[in-house]
Amino acid sequence: MPNLTPGQLTPELAAMQVEVEAYARDCGLDFFPTIFELVDADQLNAIAARGGFPTRYPHWRFGMEYEQLSKGYQYGLQKIYEMVINNNPCYAYLMRSNAPFDQKLVMAHVYGHSDFFKNNLWFAHTHRKMMDEMANHGTRVRRSMDRVGVEKVEDFIDTCLSLEDLIDIHRPFIQRHRQVDRQDFARSSSRESPPELARFRAKQYMQPYINPPEVLRAKAEQVSREQSTLTFPEHPERDVMQFLLEHAPLEDWQADALTILRDEAYYFAPQAQTKIMNEGWASYWHSTIMIQWGVTAANVVNYCDHHSGTLASSPTQLNPYKVGIELFRHIEDRWNRGAFGPEYDRCDDFKKRQEWNTRAGLGREKIFEVRRIHNDLTFIDEFLTLDFVREHKLFRFGYNPGTEAYEIESREFPKIKQQLLQSLTNRGQPTIAVLDGNYRNRGELYLQHTYMGVELQLDYANDTLENLQQLWKRPVHLATVLQGKQTVLSYDGSEHQLETVEPDPETDKYISKDKDGEAAA
Amino acid sequence: MNIQRDRRRFKEIVRGRIRENLRKYITYGEMIGRRGGDLVSIPVPQLEVPRFRFGKNGSGGVGQGDGQEGDTVGKPGEGPTGAGSAGSGPGDGHLMEVEVSLDELAQMLGDELELPRIEPKGTANIIAEKSKYNSIRQTGPESLRHFKRSYLRALRRQISTGTYQPGDPCVVPIKADLRYRSWNEVPQPQVNAAVIYMMDVSGSMTDIQKDIVRTEAFWLDTWLASQYQGIETRYIIHDAVAKEVDQQTFYHTRESGGTRISSAYQVCADLIDKSFPPQDWNIYCFQFSDGDNWGDDNRKAFEMLQENLLSIVNLFCYGQVESPYGSGDYIDALRKKFNDQESLVLSEIQDKEGICQSIKEFLGKGW
Repeated sequence: MPNLTPGQLTPELAAMQVEVEAYARDCGLDFFPTIFELVDADQLNAIAARGGFPTRYPHWRFGMEYEQLSKGYQYGLQKIYEMVINNNPCYAYLMRSNAPFDQKLVMAHVYGHSDFFKNNLWFAHTHRKMMDEMANHGTRVRRSMDRVGVEKVEDFIDTCLSLEDLIDIHRPFIQRHRQVDRQDFARSSSRESPPELARFRAKQYMQPYINPPEVLRAKAEQVSREQSTLTFPEHPERDVMQFLLEHAPLEDWQADALTILRDEAYYFAPQAQTKIMNEGWASYWHSTIMIQWGVTAANVVNYCDHHSGTLASSPTQLNPYKVGIELFRHIEDRWNRGAFGPEYDRCDDFKKRQEWNTRAGLGREKIFEVRRIHNDLTFIDEFLTLDFVREHKLFRFGYNPGTEAYEIESREFPKIKQQLLQSLTNRGQPTIAVLDGNYRNRGELYLQHTYMGVELQLDYANDTLENLQQLWKRPVHLATVLQGKQTVLSYDGSEHQLETVEPDPETDKYISKDKDGEAAA
Repeated sequence: MNIQRDRRRFKEIVRGRIRENLRKYITYGEMIGRRGGDLVSIPVPQLEVPRFRFGKNGSGGVGQGDGQEGDTVGKPGEGPTGAGSAGSGPGDGHLMEVEVSLDELAQMLGDELELPRIEPKGTANIIAEKSKYNSIRQTGPESLRHFKRSYLRALRRQISTGTYQPGDPCVVPIKADLRYRSWNEVPQPQVNAAVIYMMDVSGSMTDIQKDIVRTEAFWLDTWLASQYQGIETRYIIHDAVAKEVDQQTFYHTRESGGTRISSAYQVCADLIDKSFPPQDWNIYCFQFSDGDNWGDDNRKAFEMLQENLLSIVNLFCYGQVESPYGSGDYIDALRKKFNDQESLVLSEIQDKEGICQSIKEFLGKGW
C-alpha cells in the first residue's frame, strides 16, 4: 500500500536545494517558494496518477493511470523524473532512487517551471492553493458518495468528464456576461413581471404630456420584440459546462460535482495551453544552470545522456521540450543579434540575414518577456520562422486513406506553421459552443462545432452526445461537418439521428438565422 | 486516501463486474515481454471516456526528422496526435522487451481470463507448524506484556473495588492484572495437486492438433503450478492401447491406429489408485482427442469415467480438437450422457485462437 505522506529531503539534498535556488535567482528567475519532497517510485506513480495531487476525489481513472505507470516502471519501460505542481508554495517531487546529480538537474528544471507558473499571464487566474482545493473536492465528492451512492456519483462524474473539454479557455480573462447566482431566487421570480420602463420624472398631472402613453406603449412593444428575437444564450456560449450548470435540471450534488470538474478543467487548461513553452522554458534553465555551475568532468556524460534523452524527438510526435528550448534559444539569439524589426524583415539577402548583428544584446530580456505574455499558440505564431523550420527539419504529415498510414506531406514553411497552429488552437480540441438552449422552442440544446478542416470522430461524438443528453434531459443536437457536408447529429434519449443539411440557407432556418445575427452584430 | 481503491475499481470495471456501460470503451495497449525466446505481449487495458475529438479524416501533425515528401512516418494507432499532446517524457512510447517470470505469466493469465483462485480440497499433507502470536496468557516475559489489556484489567479491578477516583485517575496494576502475549502452533497445510494429461495419438491427430494440445497444456500447467505448491504432472497417450509416458514422448509421439478411449481411462484410474489417493490429492485430468472413438468403446469408456474417475477427481476436462479426419462424435455423446455432472467440463477447440477460450472454460469454475 503506497504511503502518500511524502518524505523530507535528506541533508545533502536540502543543501543542494539551497545551492540550486541561489543559481536560479542569479539567473533572474522569480519563483514561488518551492518545496521538494522525496518519494519512492511507487509513491511518485500514485501521485502522478492523480495529476500530481496526493489527495483528490476517488475515481477509477486515477487507478488506471497508476496501473499503467507502475507496470511501465516495473518492467523498466518508463520512469518519471520530476513532477511540479502549480501551487503557492510550489510542490515538486523528487524520486528517491535518482542519483544526486540527477536530483540537481531536476531541481534546476523545477525552478524553471515554478518561475513559469508564477509569471506567465495565462496562469494568472489559476487557483494557487490548488493542493488544498483538490483535497476539498475529494471531501465533497466522497460526501456525495456517502449520501447518494458510489456508483451513482461515479457514473455522473464520468458523464461530466466526457464534457470536460467544453470550456471557454479565454473566459478567466474576459467578463462575457454578468455572473448569475444559482441560488438567487429573487431574480428569477422578478423576471416574470414586465420590466419597468424608464420614465421621465413628472408630477401626476403632467404625466400624459411628459411621458405620453402611446410613446410608452411603443417602447414596451419594442422591448418585447427585442426580447423575443433574442437568442438564448445571447451569444454562442463556449463554456458549455457553465451553461449546463446554470440551465440544466441538476440535483444539488450533481451541480456540485459538475462545478468541481469545471474548476479543475479551468485549472489544468493553461498547462495544456503552454506545454511547449513551459517545458521549453524549464529545459532552457536546467541546461543553462547545469552548464554554468553544475556539470563537472565526472558527470558530464551523465548530464548529456539525460539531457538528450529528454529532448529526443520522434517522427510523428513533436517533442515539446525540444521545440520549446530550441525556440527560446532561437529567440535569444535573434534578439542578441538585433535580428528583428522592420529593417531586418525587409532584408531579403540570405547571407546578410545570416550574418546580421547589431550587437543589440537584448536576448535574455526578450525571452523573459516572451515567457510572460505568450502561450503556445501565440508563441509559435510569433516566433516560428522559416530559418527555424529548416534548421530543425520540421515537416507536416497527414493521413493517407489509401495506404492507411501517416505520410510526410510537405516541408513548406507556411503549411507546417499552419498545421502546428491548428493543432494548438483550443488545446487541440474541437471548438464547440452552445448556440441555442431552447431550440425549436422545445427546450432542446443545440451545439455547433466550428469546422476548421478536421472532422469529429463520429462514434465518440455520438457517445458524448448521449452523455450530454443525460445532463440536459431534453434532446440535444450538434451541428458539424461530416464527409464534407453540413450535418446535424441528434440524440433524444433513445435514438441517434444523423441529418445532412444542404448548404442552402432555406432548408435549415436555424443556421441561417445565426448567420443573420452575426451579420447584424 | 490511497490509490489502491481507485485501482481496484478500475480493475473491476475492466473485468466487467461493475459499470457495464463503460466496457465498450476499453482498449488494450501493449507492452512486449520476453520469456525465453518467445515474446509475450503484456496487455495494458485503457478506458477512455468519450469526448468530442478529432477523427482521422483530415488529421495530421508536425514531425521532425529526415525524409522525403510521401514517406511513411507511422500508422494510426501508433498515436500521432499532433503537437498538442506530444510525448511527455524520456522513454515514452518505446517498445522494449522485458523478462517475464513464469509466476508473472500465470498472474497475467489469471487476470486476463478472470480465472478464480482454486479452492483446495481435503486434508492436505502437513509440512510445517508455525508459531503465531495470537493469544494471551497470565504469565510471560515483560517484553511481551500486553499493555492495553493489563491496563484494562487493572482499571476494571480498581473500579469494582472502589479504589478508582475519577478526580485522580491513577491506575496501579498488581501482578494478577498483568497479561502477556502468547503464541499458538498453527499447522500450515500444503495442498498437492496432480495433473494427468491424456492425449489421443491415433492416426487422425496431426501435428497441428498436437501443437494445440501442447500449447494448451503449457498454459494449464502454468496456471495450476501457480495455484499449488507441489504439482505432479503425468502424461498418458493412447491409441487402441494406452500407456504412461514422460513429457518428451507425450508431445512428440505420433502413433497410428485405432482409438480406444477406455484404455486411457483404465491407465488413468490405475495411476490415481497407485500414486494419488484422492483424499490427499487434488486431481485434475485433461483429456485431448479429436473425438473419434472406436464404435463400441463408448459404452465402456462412459462406465469407467462414471465409476472410477468423475467421483474422485476435482475436475475432468475433455478438450476436443477439431480435426479434418475425426468424426468428432465423442463430445456429443459425453454431453448427452453426463449432462448434469459438475466435475466434467467439455470444450471444443477449433484452432489456436480457441485455446484461450478453452482454458477459460476448463478453469473458470475454481475447483
